[in-house]
Amino acid sequence: MQTTPSAHLPGNVTVLALTVGSWRRASRGVLLLAASLFSIVAHAQDEPIKVGLVAALSGQSAKSGEAITRGLTVAIDEINAAGGVLGRPIELLSRDDESNPSKGLLAARELVQRERVAVVFGGLDTPVSLAIVPAANQMRFPFMGVWAAGTPITRNGAEENYAFRVSAMDELVDEALVQYALDEFDMSRPGMLLINNPWGESNEKGFTKALASRSIEATGIERMEGADVDVVPQLTRLREAGTDTLLLVANVAPSAQVVKSLDRMGWEVPIVSHWGPAGGRFGELAGSNADKVHFIQTYTFDDIESGKGAEVFAALQARFPEIETTADVTPAVGVANAYDAMHLVALAIENAGSLDGPAIRLGLYDIERHEGLIKTYETPFSPEEHDALGPDDYVFTHFVGDEIVRIER
Amino acid sequence: MITAALISGLGLGSMYALLALGFHITYAVSRTVNFAQGSAMMVGAVIGYTLCITWGWPWLAAATVTLCLCALYGLLIERVLVRPFHRRGSEAWLIATVAGGILVDNIVLFTFGKEPRRFTLSLAEVRYDLFGTGVEALQLIIPLVAALLVAALLLARRYTRLGKVLDATVQNPAAARLMGVDVNRVVAVAFAVSTVFAGIAGLLIAPLISVHSDMGTLFGLKAFAVAILGGITSAGGVVVAGLLFGVVEALIIVHAGSAFTQIISFGLVILVLAVKPDGLFGRTAAVKV
Repeated sequence: MQTTPSAHLPGNVTVLALTVGSWRRASRGVLLLAASLFSIVAHAQDEPIKVGLVAALSGQSAKSGEAITRGLTVAIDEINAAGGVLGRPIELLSRDDESNPSKGLLAARELVQRERVAVVFGGLDTPVSLAIVPAANQMRFPFMGVWAAGTPITRNGAEENYAFRVSAMDELVDEALVQYALDEFDMSRPGMLLINNPWGESNEKGFTKALASRSIEATGIERMEGADVDVVPQLTRLREAGTDTLLLVANVAPSAQVVKSLDRMGWEVPIVSHWGPAGGRFGELAGSNADKVHFIQTYTFDDIESGKGAEVFAALQARFPEIETTADVTPAVGVANAYDAMHLVALAIENAGSLDGPAIRLGLYDIERHEGLIKTYETPFSPEEHDALGPDDYVFTHFVGDEIVRIER
Repeated sequence: MITAALISGLGLGSMYALLALGFHITYAVSRTVNFAQGSAMMVGAVIGYTLCITWGWPWLAAATVTLCLCALYGLLIERVLVRPFHRRGSEAWLIATVAGGILVDNIVLFTFGKEPRRFTLSLAEVRYDLFGTGVEALQLIIPLVAALLVAALLLARRYTRLGKVLDATVQNPAAARLMGVDVNRVVAVAFAVSTVFAGIAGLLIAPLISVHSDMGTLFGLKAFAVAILGGITSAGGVVVAGLLFGVVEALIIVHAGSAFTQIISFGLVILVLAVKPDGLFGRTAAVKV
């Protein structure tokens, strides 16, 4: 391109040549700019909407992360096959929190700030979710819990609350567990055995409240660590105090240690548990007495012959060929909660019409009706209620072999 | 209630003692410790599970091969993570062994799997009633095995050539070297013995708990606390401290409740060390000036 005027041309011609040259260059520039803007807009329209998952994908709770991933993946496949959200496909980005709150918080920040995800889904561990929620409220991104049941996750006191949940909530679960123990085992002297972390603490409050409302006093409150080898000393205290029913809150491995320790002691006592045992190979770890632990769930694949359950199970088998029977999709709560939560988030983004965090938050309130896997949701979220599931949605189950089976009442 | 606590505490204490003995052996011989002891315990349990449960080997054959592999693991740690640093007078072996343990834990996580598995053993299924408390045969065997190993170690040190060589190296490595003792080999053997002890602990504890990649982390930490508490230079001291720590832990749970276990047990450790900085049975090394 000629940029210097020719030395042979007179002055006015030089000026003219310069002006024409500048115009040409300017118009080319404008065209290029318009083309790139168009390309950016077009590209943005094709670009997937990213959603993030921060969950335990390794360690003792890895199976929970796998279940959540499966539920989200199948829902995303369905949404994308139906044309996506706002005309764009959805893409899932996963990060392993290793059940560590600091790592979970870092992962959530990275997903929001670097990857620009629209929503962050949470995993099994209440301590991790409790670490992420303040960041969600401060940075104004929606956090959707699909497993961790800690009461303060959604009831966090923030003026503008960005934490939502499609899962059980401790306070309501504890209420349901106490009622179940009364109905099924005539419990009069309950003893609590709780994992020594914020999840256990959250349930201690819930149990105490539920028992107090029925004028029942606990015989004792014992705690255990995740790595405890022997729970006999704690159980011995509860037995000496006259406990007739154990209220248990712990994840898979420590729950299995409780059953093994009870076997060792030869103490046969009803165990009514939060859903910790569902998070892994409890049937194998706890041995032949695993079925004695009755625990709460939000969903089980009871009927895979018809209805929504059959549809989702078939989709799971098609997407994950290693799934052969319902025993391969334990724990079903992770799959079902995540599946429904993803569909609700997609509806919220449609309602919002953008990927703006505050708009999606309002979009969640605007969902009127959705036929999900767990139930048909009618206005699942409101400014006063950030939990889409309630006590009517809980079911009681136990392990039969490696399968989680509903207990008919 | 006390019987249950004592049985539970003695079983756990024996595990701490076995791991702590590993710390003692390497420290006595080379003034270094293997912070991957917890990891070696996990390696023992995982290899044992793979051979015995996954491949269906008889327990004895599986245990023998497992312990040989644990010894190899100890030799590798000494050769790669300790000797190069110690030779140069660097203390970097400390973090190298920590890092090595984490590395192995993660390799096991990705190869063995993310989920805890159950190591079934018929001995863990046999139950007795002892003073009104249900006890598994394995819980009684664990302290016995620990006691036998300690006795074997003490006798070997006293009556075998290797034991005398070991003691000579402990007393004065330079003099031992002048007398023709291959000090490097003695230190390597000490590391192998330490990881074999950890492997035995892993094989014994696995049927009582579940097998997974981070099962040794907390054990390793507590065992180090036990080694310091007993006096890391005294074999008998670390064993007594291990049993004491296990029993005190269980008694605290029974009498004060589980919420205070860690606070009281580690508070006691600090208190003992404040009064006796070299541990319960340790002696301050005499320094010639």
